[in-house]
Amino acid sequence: MLKSLRRAGPPLLMLLPSLILVGVFVYGLIGVNFSTSVTDNHTAAQATGQEPSSVVWFSNYLDLLGTEAFQHSLLNLVLFTVTFLVGTMLMGFGWAWLLDRPIRGEGFFRSIYLFPMAVSFVASGVVWRWLLNSNQGESASGLNRLFQMIGLDFLQNNWWNNVTFGILAIAIPAIWQLSGYVMALFLAGFRGIPEELREAARMDGASEWKLYRHVLFPQLSPIALSALIIIGHMSLKSFDLIMSISKPANYQTKVPAVDMFVFKSSFDYANAAAVGAILLIIVAVVIVPYLVHSNRSEKR
Amino acid sequence: MTAVTPGTAPTASTGAGDRVDLGARGGRARFSRGRTVRYAVLLLFVVIVLIPVYVLFVTSFKGAGDAAPARAWNLPQLWTTENWQTAWTTLGPAIGRSLQMVIPAAIISAMLGSLNGYVLSRWSFKGANIVFTLILFGMFIPYQAVMIPLTQLVLDLGIPGGIPTLILLHVVYGIPITTLIFRNYYMTVPHELVEAARVDGAGMLRTYWWVILPVSIPSFVVVLIWQFTNEWNDFLFAVFFSSSQNGPVTVALNNLANGALLQNYGVSMAGALLASLPTLLVYIILGKYFMGGLMSGSVKG
Repeated sequence: MLKSLRRAGPPLLMLLPSLILVGVFVYGLIGVNFSTSVTDNHTAAQATGQEPSSVVWFSNYLDLLGTEAFQHSLLNLVLFTVTFLVGTMLMGFGWAWLLDRPIRGEGFFRSIYLFPMAVSFVASGVVWRWLLNSNQGESASGLNRLFQMIGLDFLQNNWWNNVTFGILAIAIPAIWQLSGYVMALFLAGFRGIPEELREAARMDGASEWKLYRHVLFPQLSPIALSALIIIGHMSLKSFDLIMSISKPANYQTKVPAVDMFVFKSSFDYANAAAVGAILLIIVAVVIVPYLVHSNRSEKR
Repeated sequence: MTAVTPGTAPTASTGAGDRVDLGARGGRARFSRGRTVRYAVLLLFVVIVLIPVYVLFVTSFKGAGDAAPARAWNLPQLWTTENWQTAWTTLGPAIGRSLQMVIPAAIISAMLGSLNGYVLSRWSFKGANIVFTLILFGMFIPYQAVMIPLTQLVLDLGIPGGIPTLILLHVVYGIPITTLIFRNYYMTVPHELVEAARVDGAGMLRTYWWVILPVSIPSFVVVLIWQFTNEWNDFLFAVFFSSSQNGPVTVALNNLANGALLQNYGVSMAGALLASLPTLLVYIILGKYFMGGLMSGSVKG
């Protein structure tokens, strides 16, 4: 007992500042947030503590999930995430596949595809807001004008102003920004596969397709999983891009993260906390199994 | 990561070298058309990816004479730097504040990450993996789930609003990712190095100072760049904990672009370019390390 404490003592002591900070700012606050979310703390007076608030248990959650507006946010989140994931995975894998075999100028292509990642969502939102302008015909600008110029008039649409699918327009800049990242991941994956493995398969008479199907894809699947997790959790947390392209109060493009901001701005702390908790649950459902899995596979 | 199955590697090396060569040569001839197509596709994507850059650049130099939608994609009739001047006077102070925020925050979180990574990779104790996983979870949480009590906590702590608060938040919520990067890096440091120091009687801190720190420079660069970029580009914490008067450039830019009733795209695009310049410069100059951050930040070692 004493011996194990002596062994674990100094390392734990060194970790202590970080452990306390993470303990308080992550786990502690998640707990406090939850306890706020089960109260009727809906007004500024209650938020500042001038008036008491009482516990109402899960009625905030039930009310939220029951309203059409919040259901719309959740649906938007699903649509956005699916589009974002499919888009970045396809583009990222495609680019990596094109760049995998030796090609001159690889570095150039890679840098161009990856650079949007260095830009903030707020800055790219400025230009994408212009590109995704919903005006058509004479007054069209942005992409709609470009479509006219290259004779693809039928592609003109009102982008994020569409009530049902407007959120998909916001996924376009998101894909633009993060496909390069997925490419970099896959490229590293491709490079990590020993050349002998491919040659062995080719010599066994495997066709290109079979080579991919049975040799390369299985090797790349851990990378694909990482990419899905990283992009997926970013997508669930998406906030900046939506805020900078459309206004926060915009019905057609709202997602839970934006709702939370709106509730907070109007001092409805209970609902803001409840939306935060719902988001956390959604993310945790994806992340926790992944963390447990990678923790286990590391031990092996 | 999955290891290569031992059975497959020898097959390749015992295979006749000639036949492999032949295959490769045949492949090359067949690919010359394929190669042209590949270049064409790659270049097409370069054009597509750069469209927003063209728009940003061109629009930022346009004056009032180019306001007609019909000229949306044209070059400016008259190149003017007026937009840039306006954007600079509006965003200049905020860019300064962003620097004041990002530099200390990145350095502090790199140091914390390095210490944590060292302990977790080299002075493993029972349950170290669980501790690490618990820390790591902090990287994935949606910060919306802590925001309401966080505003209260920051208020209670009495930290001045704006930049000082944001430094604290970036340091705290940067702990998971910096710990991850350093831990994965220290896993690759040869065991013998640490063991030798231990045999010589050096304690944990001494080993860190004399053995680990000197070989950590590359990962310090990676972490500093990673944190610099993320903190510079952060909008979520910035919008909750500061205003365009005392906050970083993302808030000021958002205010410039979305605050006014009448949108002046020329000024906001010049502003977007100005606000992106530091991170783009880092990306261009230190691109290699930027990639390093991407990789270590995602693929678990």
